[in-house]
Amino acid sequence: MAMAWIWAILVVISLLFGLLNGTMGAVSRAAMEGAAAAVDLAVGMAGSLCLWSGVMALMERCGLAAALARLFRPVLRLLLPRAGRDGETAAALSANLSANLLGLGNAATPPGVRAARLMARGSGGVASDELCRLVVLNTASIQLLPTTAASLRAACGCAAPFDILPAVWLASALSVTAGLLAARLLGRIWR
Amino acid sequence: MELSVFVVPALLAGLALLALSRGVDVYSALTDGAGEGLTTVARILPSLVALLTAVYMFRASGAMGALTTFLSPVLAKLGIPPETAAIMLIRPLSGSGALAVAGEVMAAHGPDSYVGRVAAVMLGCSETTFYTVAVYFGAAGIRRSRYTIPAALTADLTGFMAAALAVRLFFGT
Repeated sequence: MAMAWIWAILVVISLLFGLLNGTMGAVSRAAMEGAAAAVDLAVGMAGSLCLWSGVMALMERCGLAAALARLFRPVLRLLLPRAGRDGETAAALSANLSANLLGLGNAATPPGVRAARLMARGSGGVASDELCRLVVLNTASIQLLPTTAASLRAACGCAAPFDILPAVWLASALSVTAGLLAARLLGRIWR
Repeated sequence: MELSVFVVPALLAGLALLALSRGVDVYSALTDGAGEGLTTVARILPSLVALLTAVYMFRASGAMGALTTFLSPVLAKLGIPPETAAIMLIRPLSGSGALAVAGEVMAAHGPDSYVGRVAAVMLGCSETTFYTVAVYFGAAGIRRSRYTIPAALTADLTGFMAAALAVRLFFGT
């Protein structure tokens, strides 16, 4: 429903500004241009998105997801000590984290949700500090290869779509850190 | 030669060798994954059509300019280019919406411009926050999410500020 509101508000505001600014002709043309641009964009991105989905599938089959999960298990224990002690929850958390790192959004959600269910047992509908932290981790992007952003850049005619890699890593690291710090601070006062 | 040009070829060749050494069929893994990618493209195309129609109208009417001007004093203090204001507003709500807006920003300013790069880094360092919170807490039967949303939005805002900072750091303005 949120999208219905956003779309309606964008279109109505465009109509109002078109009236006020006398730009109605441009607004009218822009509607069709936007629709056409969407197809250009999707077609332009399709090739690289498919390639990267293929690479992600290959990484998973090579056992890289499992290797990443082992590598990050100590970090998980540090971040989520209670959930990390329970075998079943820890396995789901590792699968969630490694799929996120590889940018496999669709593969990350099922184990993440399983972990959240296990962590919410007996909570009476109130999120525990660890569960809040898990969700904050999942709302902050921690993928190693920003393939969607790179595919979009390639579709826009960029010569080196991955030259933003170090910038994305730095921004992601700062963002995750800020989210976890905020969760820790707010957790003390927000019961 | 810049280091980043090695990332893609080295990754592809390295993965091919790793797969062969482990007896994984490289080719069918790639084609299976590519098929899934095509499904993703087909799934986001209808929302891109709806959203880019609205976003192009919004820009052509002058409303995007007004929004940018309105938010630029605050964004300038945070070190964020005001041209990316719309990306920040839609990113936590809709993934394809953010893709549409960022694509429009890159088309208007060029993918290798300062603004274009910041737009890409913003996409790469954030997630669809509200959707993720709804999925996780909905499935886990959580009614009181406590501080999750403020903390997640703090992460998003920090990511946006860090995106601008990191692009300035690595590429200049």
